[in-house]
Amino acid sequence: MSAEYVDYSTGEPIADTKAPAGPVNERWDTRRFEAKLVNPANRRKHTVIVVGTGLAGGSAGATLAEQGYHVVQFCYQDSPRRAHSIAAQGGINAAKNYRNDGDSVYRLFYDTVKGGDFRARESNVHRLAQISVEIIDQCVAQGVPFAREYGGLLDTRSFGGVQVSRTFYARGQTGQQLLLGAYQALSRQIAAGNVEMHPRTEMLDLIVVDGKARGIVARDLISGKISTYFADAVVLASGGYGNVFYLSTNAMNSNATAIWRAHRRGAYFANPCFTQIHPTCIPRTGDHQSKLTLMSESLRNDGRIWVPKAKGDDRPANKIPEDERDYYLERIYPSYGNLVPRDIASRAAKNVCDEGRGVGPGGQGVYLDFADAIQRMGRKAVEAKYGNLFDMYQRITDEDPYQVPMRIYPAVHYTMGGLWVDYDLQTTIPGLFAIGEANFSDHGANRLGASALMQGLADGYFVLPATINDYLARNPHKDEVDASHPAAVETVRETEDRLARLLAVDGDRTPDSFHREVGELMWEFCGMARTDTGLRKALERIPQIREEFWRRIKVPGTGEEFNQSLEKANRIVDYLELAELMCLDALHRAESCGGHFREESQTPDGEAARRDEEFGYAAAWEFTGTGQAPTLHKEDLVFEYVHPTQRSYA
Amino acid sequence: MARTVWDSSVGKKTVMAVSGVIMLLYLVAHVIGNLKIFFGAGEFNHYAHWLRTVGEPFMHYEWTLWLIRIVLVVAVVAHAVSAYQLSRRDIRARPSKYVHKKPAASYATRTMRWGGIILALFIVWHILDLTTGTVHSGGFQQGHPYQNVVDTFSTWYGNVIYIVAMLALGLHIQHGFWSAAQTLGVGSRTRDRALKITGNVLALLLTAGFIAVPVGVMTGVVS
Amino acid sequence: MKLTLRVWRQKNADAEGTMSTYEVDNISSDMSFLEMLDTLNEELILKGEDPVAFDHDCREGICGACSLVINGDAHGPERTTTCQLHMRSFKDGDTIDIEPWRASAFPVIKDLVVDRSAFDRIIQSGGYITAPTGAAPEAHATPVPKPDADFAFEHAECIGCGACVAACPNGAAMLFTSAKINHLNTLPQGAPERETRVLDMVAQMDEEGFGGCTLTGECATACPKGIPLMSITSMNKEWLRATRKVAKR
Repeated sequence: MSAEYVDYSTGEPIADTKAPAGPVNERWDTRRFEAKLVNPANRRKHTVIVVGTGLAGGSAGATLAEQGYHVVQFCYQDSPRRAHSIAAQGGINAAKNYRNDGDSVYRLFYDTVKGGDFRARESNVHRLAQISVEIIDQCVAQGVPFAREYGGLLDTRSFGGVQVSRTFYARGQTGQQLLLGAYQALSRQIAAGNVEMHPRTEMLDLIVVDGKARGIVARDLISGKISTYFADAVVLASGGYGNVFYLSTNAMNSNATAIWRAHRRGAYFANPCFTQIHPTCIPRTGDHQSKLTLMSESLRNDGRIWVPKAKGDDRPANKIPEDERDYYLERIYPSYGNLVPRDIASRAAKNVCDEGRGVGPGGQGVYLDFADAIQRMGRKAVEAKYGNLFDMYQRITDEDPYQVPMRIYPAVHYTMGGLWVDYDLQTTIPGLFAIGEANFSDHGANRLGASALMQGLADGYFVLPATINDYLARNPHKDEVDASHPAAVETVRETEDRLARLLAVDGDRTPDSFHREVGELMWEFCGMARTDTGLRKALERIPQIREEFWRRIKVPGTGEEFNQSLEKANRIVDYLELAELMCLDALHRAESCGGHFREESQTPDGEAARRDEEFGYAAAWEFTGTGQAPTLHKEDLVFEYVHPTQRSYA
Repeated sequence: MARTVWDSSVGKKTVMAVSGVIMLLYLVAHVIGNLKIFFGAGEFNHYAHWLRTVGEPFMHYEWTLWLIRIVLVVAVVAHAVSAYQLSRRDIRARPSKYVHKKPAASYATRTMRWGGIILALFIVWHILDLTTGTVHSGGFQQGHPYQNVVDTFSTWYGNVIYIVAMLALGLHIQHGFWSAAQTLGVGSRTRDRALKITGNVLALLLTAGFIAVPVGVMTGVVS
Repeated sequence: MKLTLRVWRQKNADAEGTMSTYEVDNISSDMSFLEMLDTLNEELILKGEDPVAFDHDCREGICGACSLVINGDAHGPERTTTCQLHMRSFKDGDTIDIEPWRASAFPVIKDLVVDRSAFDRIIQSGGYITAPTGAAPEAHATPVPKPDADFAFEHAECIGCGACVAACPNGAAMLFTSAKINHLNTLPQGAPERETRVLDMVAQMDEEGFGGCTLTGECATACPKGIPLMSITSMNKEWLRATRKVAKR
């Protein structure tokens, strides 16, 4: 089976036809002008389904409803306020140049393309940089309590991979505050009757009619009832798929079902192997670990990362004298120091741990030390800046980071890959849009810190509401589709069958045991460093796990009730297919770039070596059947402005 | 506006706070008057008589007193009805209790509710005893409050009822004063300590002042 | 560690609930409380029993989904969310009682899962600033004094978990409601809707069947984000101010 799967075929190249030609800074204006509009009076006749209520989904739902569309929105959580965007800590980038430190839209554009290791589309990234300034205005108007200076103006801080201070923040809870802003705007529209909100309802499949996305199949998580919902367009804002790895910083219930089901229905999946391993997470403590907790990257502003110079040095941190410590990031990358991009920091941490210089249980950790910062700024100032993060660390590890250095280790955090979308954020299924982390568009092979919030809100508040107009204006669906349509009936039947099968196996292994197994496999072979042999091994193993899953899974209870085991098992079904595609993508991309590090492709000093001639494209995969070799469609990436160079942060 | 206030849980709490403050002010005057008992029957009875002639000649005999009584009755009724309705709401809002009980959980709430009921009963007894004389222990004499007070506190049960009620009053004021300040929105981080101290001092002084009378009678200082 | 758990089991909203007893063994003190429950659930599934349903998601103390009353305390003995509570707070041999939030405005859905949509409706009644996308002025057009921004932030930290309601002997949602009112009413951007916001949100809070405040302070003690009791005082003040202002209109 797996031998066949590896033999993917290459199909027609794919291209983004929506981004206008012309100077990059005029493309967004041009596109907005060229896009057809829907008459305001006609908008209420259009229904748009939005799946997810994170930064992207929440802001999109609210904005579409404000424009007059009828929005039907879903989230699996009990409230639209809980999506995992809420856990983002550090901040949100915007090219405001309030610091007068040389920032500009162009610099943010440049930093993002470079930070993404030249695997993102220039037009999209430039638009993101342009919109970044409007996002801050919008959020301030909504009452987002950003940190302020004594003069009452907004404060900013620096983040990894850049040399300007352009990150706006609300202590260590920026994601929470931005999400609550979007949630509140959404709430206003719910109260006004413009948004029909379905919490505790999970999308399980996409309904495609005559090649267009026309609705979804969703399960009411309380009653177990499976229902269909129809619309003129469907927007997926369901987040990333980092939970494939079992242990990640994602929320426990974050999942890939919405995008994977859309992929199975015809939406191409782009760059699935591009996952971000975040350098500063709290190391795991044992096999019981259910998830990993991130410590904001902003800590690298003032904390210094080090390990002992000697291998196997197990003295406590404060007993290791200064000259026996290796501040390896400062040593290898003197100009960026502790603020190198995430992929580089993570890999460096892995390298020193592989050398046997890691600290803590199992040697899987490095120190993040605030002793100097406390001496320089005083404990009070450190507390004001990072207090809540320090508290969180202490709560989890039972160690006081004011006294002993924190221990950190990289963990899966974000997925740059996702559904392939054009400049309008439309997938390869007409009428199906993907926004936020669910799409692949803006971060290339590595996302810079504080850019996820920026992208989610840019997509939701500003991009999608403008571009979806064009689709709706050009596709006035005269024919009503309802639950009796053959496509809907068939999709519901497949969903019900799948759930029934899960319940019927009645085997001897829990859903979690499978999730953990596939997660560990992915972390080992498709994690921070990947090799041809390792990936092939994983590709051989995954179908076996999948086969075993359908033979041995045990899901208690029934489908007609609140059943968290069933929810979980159903998500694992999709992970077991997605994992395979991630490994194949990682295998086929025989270069290193950003978060994707192939050991075969590195520079003499161990940095990622890109192979632009062969791999200067985004890989969009077409589904052909479970376990069957998919078809690769290449989107050539053209760099007219930021010319690919070997990234240098030294 | 009256409707908004009465229909809202926050509004009803405001009614409780305002009526509570009115009663509190009255109690301050009341305790000052009571303490005159230590200066002999003459001064005490004279003071009692003066209460009926306050405001003359503008007011007729006892008009001021009745005015005060009306305000007090309104305050007591408003306080009690609001308390009753709010308590009903609170109990409805939490119909099932936790299996794992925590002893201290609702100490203040419980003391306020039970204390309130004790005080309401006490007020009835107090008026029947010393205003109308209906349940008075000795021969009640209109216009001779000094003797009436001494009679009441010559019985053991008179002392018990009174002292228990006054202790309840102290607890009620202690939480109630600070609570009313919060309801009326005058509390703040900087003022919190001052409000708590004021509440405690008021509670202490009023309780001590009121209890001084039965203690005086029992010890023979007042006879 | 070996522990005895007494857990509230209730099949669905209409069923009667009861406490069931379970034993768990080999619990590490580094485990989070929810990981301990995961362990129990894995065993239950393999035994063919229904695992214990509980709400949880981020497990980082910020999404507000987790919601267990542990030994009578909302979120358990430490001042944090249930997901950030670790087993080192317990001793070998302990018996732990686990119950759902109890309030009539938070009906039980199953086991330890309750319906908190009343909170959403309170926000929908006015817990926002009307600022449609695109209508925003330049962010620096209105400076906000740092103390005001900090005060707003402290209240904006609320995660909407409902521990305040669970802890309150009256099942009151005053702390939740006041947190949002104080956040928005303190900022200049929130000023135009200052009066209607507090009046509408308090009215909705009453409508949902939450109790009133008797200032026991239990809510603030249980709040994992440390929203102060004084928040309710500020809301009362805002409410009185709004009532007076609206009466004059």
